[in-house]
Amino acid sequence: MNSNSKRSMLIKRSQLLQQLRAFFYARSVIEVDTPMLSAGGVPDVHLSALSTRVQVPGVRDPQLFYLPTSPEYPMKRLLCEGSGDIFYLGKVFRDGDLSPRHQVEFTMLEWYRLGFSMFELMDEVATLINTFLKRPLNIERLSYQQGFAKYAGIEDILTASAESCQACLKQHGVAEIVGVAAEDKALWEQLILTEVIEPQLGLKEGKIAMTILFHFPANQASLAQISVDNPLVAERFELFVNGMELANGYHELIEADLYQERFNTALIERQQLGFKSIALDKQLLTTLKNQPLPDCSGVALGVDRLFALQQGFDDIALGIAFGLEDC
Amino acid sequence: MATYSTTEFKGGLKFLMDGQPCSMVDNTQVSPGKGQAFNRVKYRNLVTGKLVEKTFKSNEKVDAADVVDTSLQYLYTDGDFWHFMDAVTFEQFQATESAVADVKKWLVEQDECMVTLFNGQLIAVTPPKQITLEVTDTDPGLKGDSAGTGGKPATLSTGAVVQVPLFVQIGEMVIVNTEKGEYVSRAK
Repeated sequence: MNSNSKRSMLIKRSQLLQQLRAFFYARSVIEVDTPMLSAGGVPDVHLSALSTRVQVPGVRDPQLFYLPTSPEYPMKRLLCEGSGDIFYLGKVFRDGDLSPRHQVEFTMLEWYRLGFSMFELMDEVATLINTFLKRPLNIERLSYQQGFAKYAGIEDILTASAESCQACLKQHGVAEIVGVAAEDKALWEQLILTEVIEPQLGLKEGKIAMTILFHFPANQASLAQISVDNPLVAERFELFVNGMELANGYHELIEADLYQERFNTALIERQQLGFKSIALDKQLLTTLKNQPLPDCSGVALGVDRLFALQQGFDDIALGIAFGLEDC
Repeated sequence: MATYSTTEFKGGLKFLMDGQPCSMVDNTQVSPGKGQAFNRVKYRNLVTGKLVEKTFKSNEKVDAADVVDTSLQYLYTDGDFWHFMDAVTFEQFQATESAVADVKKWLVEQDECMVTLFNGQLIAVTPPKQITLEVTDTDPGLKGDSAGTGGKPATLSTGAVVQVPLFVQIGEMVIVNTEKGEYVSRAK
């Protein structure tokens, strides 16, 4: 990259960061720069946190601290303590992720809105994205089940069998999959989403558009509430543009006991898969119990992906100062 | 046997799939964040030359293949085998018909070829990009035609047949592009 075009990229990125902040200041959402170090980690089975050792005065051995895979836990503690609407714009880390859409260290925008339903937050994310693109995108809203029906031809994914999921992959010409057990329906279902459906999302008649999938299955709830109307689905959504996931949001789970329960489930799964265990975030669990989380919805958005989309880059590394390979 | 985990996958990696040596062409990670990660892989089967796509669940393993790319000098064929030699160690290797089927018409004695060895066996040969061959047969054609319009088939000393301009005559040396199988120019 020559120095002029890099400088031009840096100027545009700097403008995007400034305008993202302005978007929230105008809505009275305050910026929080939560800590990079946490004694407790994220037990999500498929997230791998980086960690470091800190020499804490008065303690003989350096202590293990995790770097954030997202600012979710400290932000929720702030919400419990009465912060009101807040956003975070800064770095997070996910070990091992490197591709045209991933960097180990990347910039995340995460925000929480008190009293917002999942649908209200979906609208705000769509508005934000359309604010930063040259032309506003057409928005398609589909439930997870509708998405599977429309883009993979599976009428009811929640009750579909592992065999029918495999048949669907075959029918859509997906390359052979190695390492997935025949009866592992959850994984075959995930593969239909990533290999068949996602490449079609956020595209309308060959043009870039926006698709929001909502009401993910309850077993993919993560820290989202289970829907009041339908216990099979969670109040969780993902937003896609041009086949790429840009944002992932929840109507947030409130009860401390349910946090503990879902963390335990993740820890057991980690153990079964032979993955490293993770020290749970006791501060979060204690705070959730003593000062309940106010009713709110929250969402995380990949800023490097948004910038790449805005500038037409086919690799997010083209829109950051230095990618991992240049660090 | 050594193995490679998906975390070690990258372009150029040599591994075994169904007992056959393969070379990875492309590896893309799919990490949905809240879901299981996969690696989308494109690889070439080094025996058949076929490009294959497969998706591996992360942490799956493949066996490493003892595959070496090196340069060998082509010596001669006895009809059953094609003989090559390492110009430094003078070690000799022989290739079967199947290993040279696509390229044997471009093998010229003494030429240095890129070859692929799998467990010490020659499984693939790539001749030099441009080689010089003698025209052994072609129609006399019209003298004075140098515009290169039309052209005519010519048989070369290795048995290969290529289209050449009308002015090329029997006994002349010509340069041929072996990747495209096309005439390039007369050799000076």
